[in-house]
Amino acid sequence: MTSKNLESRAPVSQRRQVVPVASAGDGIGASVSLTIDGVEAKVPFGTTILEAAKEMNIRIPTLCNHDDLCIAGVCRVCVVEIEGQRTLQASCAYPVTQPVKVSTHTRKVRQARRHILDLMLANHYGECYTCWRNGNCELQSLAGEYGVDGFRFGKMEKPRYAIDQSSYSVVRDMNKCILCRRCVRTCIDLQEVGVLEAVNRGQETKIACFMDKPLGDVVCINCGQCINRCPTSALAASDPTDEIWAAIDDPGKHVVIQTAPSPRAAIGECFNCPPGTPLTFQMNTALRHCGFDRVFDTNFTADLTIIEEGTELLSRLHKALVEKDKAVALPQFTSCSPGWVKYLEHFHPEMIPHLSSAKSPQQMFGAVIKTYYAKLNGLNPADIVSVALMPCSAKKFECNRPEMCDSGFKDVDYGLTTREMAAMIKEAGVDLPNMPKSDFDEPFGTATGSGVIFGATGGVMESALRTVIELVCGIKVEKLFDHADIVPVRGFEGIRYAELPIKDVGPVPPILDKHFKDWKWLKGATLKVAVAHGTANAKRVLDNIKAGGKFSECHFIEFMACPGGCLGGGGQPIPTSPEIRAARAKAIYAEDAAYQVRKSYENPAVAHLYENFLTDGPCGHQSHKLLHTCYTARGKYIL
Amino acid sequence: MSALKGPILFGDFMPEAGLARALAMTRGDVISEVRASGLKGRGGAGFLTGMKWNIAAAAQGNRKFVVCNADEGEPGTFKDRVLLASYPDLVFEGMTIAGYAIGAGSGIMYLRGEYGYLLPGLEETLNARRRGRLLGEAVSGKKDFSFDIEIRLGSGAYVCGEETALIESLEGHRGEPRNRPPFPVNTGYLGCPTIVNNVETLALAARVMSEGAEWFKKIGTGKSTGSKLFSVSGDCERPGVYELPMGITIAQLLKEVGGEEAKAVQVGGASGHCVPAAQFSRALAFEDIPTGGSVIVFGKERDMLLAAKNFMEFFAEESCGQCTPCRYGTKVLLEGIEKLESGKCSMTYLKELLALGETMQLASKCGLGQSAPNAFISIAANFKDEVLGRERCFEGRGQ
Repeated sequence: MTSKNLESRAPVSQRRQVVPVASAGDGIGASVSLTIDGVEAKVPFGTTILEAAKEMNIRIPTLCNHDDLCIAGVCRVCVVEIEGQRTLQASCAYPVTQPVKVSTHTRKVRQARRHILDLMLANHYGECYTCWRNGNCELQSLAGEYGVDGFRFGKMEKPRYAIDQSSYSVVRDMNKCILCRRCVRTCIDLQEVGVLEAVNRGQETKIACFMDKPLGDVVCINCGQCINRCPTSALAASDPTDEIWAAIDDPGKHVVIQTAPSPRAAIGECFNCPPGTPLTFQMNTALRHCGFDRVFDTNFTADLTIIEEGTELLSRLHKALVEKDKAVALPQFTSCSPGWVKYLEHFHPEMIPHLSSAKSPQQMFGAVIKTYYAKLNGLNPADIVSVALMPCSAKKFECNRPEMCDSGFKDVDYGLTTREMAAMIKEAGVDLPNMPKSDFDEPFGTATGSGVIFGATGGVMESALRTVIELVCGIKVEKLFDHADIVPVRGFEGIRYAELPIKDVGPVPPILDKHFKDWKWLKGATLKVAVAHGTANAKRVLDNIKAGGKFSECHFIEFMACPGGCLGGGGQPIPTSPEIRAARAKAIYAEDAAYQVRKSYENPAVAHLYENFLTDGPCGHQSHKLLHTCYTARGKYIL
Repeated sequence: MSALKGPILFGDFMPEAGLARALAMTRGDVISEVRASGLKGRGGAGFLTGMKWNIAAAAQGNRKFVVCNADEGEPGTFKDRVLLASYPDLVFEGMTIAGYAIGAGSGIMYLRGEYGYLLPGLEETLNARRRGRLLGEAVSGKKDFSFDIEIRLGSGAYVCGEETALIESLEGHRGEPRNRPPFPVNTGYLGCPTIVNNVETLALAARVMSEGAEWFKKIGTGKSTGSKLFSVSGDCERPGVYELPMGITIAQLLKEVGGEEAKAVQVGGASGHCVPAAQFSRALAFEDIPTGGSVIVFGKERDMLLAAKNFMEFFAEESCGQCTPCRYGTKVLLEGIEKLESGKCSMTYLKELLALGETMQLASKCGLGQSAPNAFISIAANFKDEVLGRERCFEGRGQ
């Protein structure tokens, strides 16, 4: 029982309740003994039967249960028999408060499980062969595992619902839905957005948005966390692979792909590699094999983002501290996560001025490819098809935002998820893990470790700090933090806070001398920063700022819509869990440590871009045109 | 409707005598008295009322609540409506006594949406009680006891009669049952210790406090003390609400209502059991056939398969849709009954349906799903000829 659960907005019917310890009998913190299938154990008071069974290495099948979510107890797949009780109990939701004797596979239990799976299959429309979750479906696995041998109660002959393709990011096919309500709990409990809810009763029950509107018309932030937790294919990302294949097949098109750091640390999971297997350079080869003309590293524009966003931050600080401009919005919020951006636009539109105007790395790259890169290579931007491999479903929405056309064209044509990329690689017959390694293409090839760690929560902050410390203080980060690992902003704690005293300042480096004469005004200041991941945590920070709490005194806050940051994005391989995300993070930080250059401003390709293209420097005229954007106050109520 | 006559509720009694006596006692003694009476919940589950109060009284919590379950939605049940229309003071008196016993400051009556027409009268009764200092600060001059009651209307979902779904609805959520344990007595409305008692239970508790446990126990059986209100409908001469002692046999009840010709009686409404004539000597009591009070009489000409179908249609409609066995099971059983009706159900499939019924009884999340197949299972067991005797049934696997 976490305090998070107590604050949950989910109805109590959809979560586990606090078990009052007062009725424990033998006191607070007491343990209770239980027997499962004849094996005895002692567990802390209030432990669920399922948790106890896991400890004891006894497997109980589950479906609506998910490690990231509150407990619903609705699918009933995990029922067990407790001696002396008339009915079976859902082991996920049954807290042990007195000694019980549990059996996990009696006749009644086996019959119930099988019936429950039979009933789900009878109401689940579609064929496994043609399903994108074939081989990665929890319903399919359970049916295989628990003796389903036919459609005992019939099967759906016709679809009942139209597929909702209204959203740029998430496609909902309620014909596949088995009403485990993980998506509902993901949205309201994990993310505290709450666009999904069960409506109607009995067999008419379905998951719907407010007033049964299509997903594209409600306050969905496109984070796609629901997709990652859907046990079947009821939820999917909007898949552009056919269009991308068509572009590859078209000899008149120059198809480039930029790849974000998180997919590399996760795509191996789609090829039976353990989570956290980095396949960066094998993937480069595979992508060329698929037919992409150029393979670029989004980390290049991650470094660019740091320069632009960092310059913007220093300008805001200058305005506030030196010019005493009261209107300047501080703390500055990061803007790389399109789910977070849309969350703010819907739920806290009055705080939009805090958002950095810098585009996300994906969109910066898009604008640079169809301008600078096109010119450099004598290409007509109209013939360039720009694909972005992202761990994210919201990136699909982002690249379709009407303002994202600063190159004169659609800056990024398609956002592609890690899962979709894996499917394309498989379709091309490529054995990804065993591909030879190859590097990214020029002219953006060289990246830094700073760009890589954008994939993990705290990564943008760490990258920004590495650059800001060196540019302002004129010292090496390594003097303050071993190996330039800024550990205070790392980790998976939902909200993190750090202070960084600026004891000494150095000279203003040439790249910033258009904006600042000196750093004297920063000497003795303490830079206050924070990191939040998952919109539920973002909400806590925003509420704190509005209430004038500690976070209102911050200068810079990194927000990521997804738990764990991009590595836990809605486009990443399924399943997801805290352990899987931790393994991906490990791979990302290992990649960072292996880079020679680990600070964004030292990226030679970035310096080259400022020398030859964005000649008026960071936050200059040209960069404002191509690399910065504006936001839309959407509000919560959409009519 | 019969004239209201009965030993405990439908009789002459001193108004507010129970509350006066309770307030003169300690909270613990009130609970002991209710426990001693053996009073069990009249909603149908039959949990010992005194024990429920005792757990809530002992539970930790700054605030506690008394909830009166007036969401009378079981098909064939209308006795709470009669109590609320004719004896509202007795119900509120019972709530106030319960509030005193467990240390609650607030009571909530969750009134069935369709009973909205009773609301003005009930509100007027509450106002009169406030004026008479029977509610509000220092009830009846008792300094350390303040208690008030508000009425909330349900919105028509049968499942909200289930106590945790009711609480969920009170909190403004979709009416869906919660995981238990913990139970509302520990973690109920707004997370506070809450007792949810049926209208009739609370009225009886007021009478217990007025006349004493010993008096109450003289009526009924050893395990089922007191009287019970029965809502009698169907093929009988005198349908209506009857107050009769617990333990009365079905035959005795049928004689009372003029239904001796019945071939079956559905006891406990849609979620109850169908009792064939051969078992009419059985007693309506917690130890034999427990009931919330609904008695539907089926005459000789009734088609029992259609009766089962009617009940199953009700559950397919009223399942909250939360858990798998109930949501889909009700639909599959209903379709199965339709197959039986048209003579297209094999024996094998009928067995499968009965097994599915068992799964629903065992694995559903709440009482609705657990009792949804009861009527079908008991009708299939007791009226095999009617269930199977449609047209030719096909042997073999399949449907």
